[in-house]
Amino acid sequence: MSLRIYAIAYLVFLYAPIVLLPIFAFNDGTIISFPLSGFTTEWFSQLWVTKALHNAVQNSLFIAAITAVMSTVLGICAARAGAMYNFPLKRGILGLVMLPLVLPEIIVAVSLLVVVVQFLDLGLSNWTVIAAHVLICTPFSIAILNGAFQNLDPSMEEAAMDLGESRWSAFRLVTLPLVMPGIISSMLIAFTISLDEFIIAFFLTGANPTMPVYIWGLLRFPGSLPIVMALGTLLVGLSIILLTIAEILRRRGMARAGVKDKGGFL
Amino acid sequence: MTALISLTGVNKYYGDYHALRDINLTINEGEFFSLLGPSGCGKTTLLRTIAGFEGVSEGVVMLGGKNMAGVPANMRPTNMVFQSYAIFPHLTVGENVAFGLRKRKDMDKTAKLAAVDEALTMVGLKGFGDRQAHALSGGQRQRVALARALILKPKVLLLDEPLSALDKKMREQMQVELMRLQRHVGITFILVTHDQEEALVMSDRIAVMFEGEIGQLADPETLYRRPNGRRVAEFIGKMNFLDAEVVSVGDKIEVTVAGLGLCHVDAEQAPAGIAVGAAAVGIRPETLAILFEGETTDRETIAGVVDEVVYYGDMTYYDVRIDGVTETLNIAMKNLIGRPVLDVGEKTTVVWDARSLVLLP
Repeated sequence: MSLRIYAIAYLVFLYAPIVLLPIFAFNDGTIISFPLSGFTTEWFSQLWVTKALHNAVQNSLFIAAITAVMSTVLGICAARAGAMYNFPLKRGILGLVMLPLVLPEIIVAVSLLVVVVQFLDLGLSNWTVIAAHVLICTPFSIAILNGAFQNLDPSMEEAAMDLGESRWSAFRLVTLPLVMPGIISSMLIAFTISLDEFIIAFFLTGANPTMPVYIWGLLRFPGSLPIVMALGTLLVGLSIILLTIAEILRRRGMARAGVKDKGGFL
Repeated sequence: MTALISLTGVNKYYGDYHALRDINLTINEGEFFSLLGPSGCGKTTLLRTIAGFEGVSEGVVMLGGKNMAGVPANMRPTNMVFQSYAIFPHLTVGENVAFGLRKRKDMDKTAKLAAVDEALTMVGLKGFGDRQAHALSGGQRQRVALARALILKPKVLLLDEPLSALDKKMREQMQVELMRLQRHVGITFILVTHDQEEALVMSDRIAVMFEGEIGQLADPETLYRRPNGRRVAEFIGKMNFLDAEVVSVGDKIEVTVAGLGLCHVDAEQAPAGIAVGAAAVGIRPETLAILFEGETTDRETIAGVVDEVVYYGDMTYYDVRIDGVTETLNIAMKNLIGRPVLDVGEKTTVVWDARSLVLLP
């Protein structure tokens, strides 16, 4: 019984704040408190006409898309090397690659800011944010793709080469289709992480803020709080859809490779 | 018999590790050749150098009269059946078998389908073309791997421990099928195995490998009856070893064997160049016998005491202690009608014959 209460309390603690988002996004009033004053879609239509927000969203989508591709490509290289080859200091190297996973983002943000501005003497732009996001997303990509590559029989590519294919076409015809669900899953997760990342973007963003940074800016105006709620609602919806697709694809990949599901990120 | 593959002075190093040591080897056309040895002996490495997955550090690999140096696996007239079978799980059985035909521009779709049908029929999987590959059983996977390799009509089929993943019954069945298949297609098969029985059953010739070098290369009977050293004798079947001393060398070799006394053996029972001095003698358990009550023999006999009895149903293995030898002698006896199974501690008579002795350096 007490365990059941604990479980319910835990779920409330986890999800109640998120449930509040859509509630107040549709609430006809600028003050975020109960009782609710009526149903409106006003905040969503305001989203639709706010030009600055559109720019921020565009920035964020651009950054997230490039980050997703780059971190996944790097992840493929690392996961394939880790699964198929032995090299000196392999464990140490792979461990170092995974380190950004546990590094506080504020430290990544500050040190990158110093490097970019002080040492490289570059201006801040979307690309500095992309560089930092690739840094933090790559470990996630590697972790996801490791699962896909580890389940792969290393003889498979050799078998394809033995049957007349070149090294590249063996990879393309055999390995790629088998790890494709992992690749898509990795891209979706990197995309999601980049899309709502705030600390690094806040430090490294140039003249055009990303969406989270823009939202933070909005919070200074109490009147626009419901707009933030509406935006948040859309983001939660989008995240849930993307992560669900990622997980479905990961499981389908497991089934296709004919292996038992050993759990994953989700 | 013409030589199809020849390896001359092949060495392979991984850093400091000497994986292949001066391999010289000729494999003939249409031969069923086995590389036999304990794990880590280099047999798989040797197979992979022939396949083109590994280069050689020194030496020459010739295949069909061509030097294979720098020729990658996809350009060699060899195909391989992998230990894990490496069936592509995202394709159907038919697509797997047809995989190697992708590069064959001279064949149209109907010809390819016919070839796939033929290959599947050959391995006993007629009508399996549309099945999903990941839903197959172990034995079926192996057949698909065979069909996939044989459809390209390679000069050489390389088999890397193809039966090790199967259960005993299935393994014995596949041994026979593989032999039949090899005779049917007439392609040279090179089999890597650690199972000496499998090698003896299937091969025309066997190279026994230890620590990167070939210990002995011979046909199965020679390998079993005349191992050229203790390593080979120990690895192939069971063998009793007795200390011995070569007394004189000539038409007949005189040798004093611990426990058995002075024996005369033929020159062919000894390795070439045997000299007077310390040596060893090997005796197979089935060439010794126990003299049961009521049986007589015109061969040599020696008294012993039963030390251990292992009953196998069709056979009983006895360990018998004889005077002057620290190790017990292992003796294999068929459980014929009327023969009792002796108890530990019983006194008995061991029958032996100098013709079954193998002199080892």
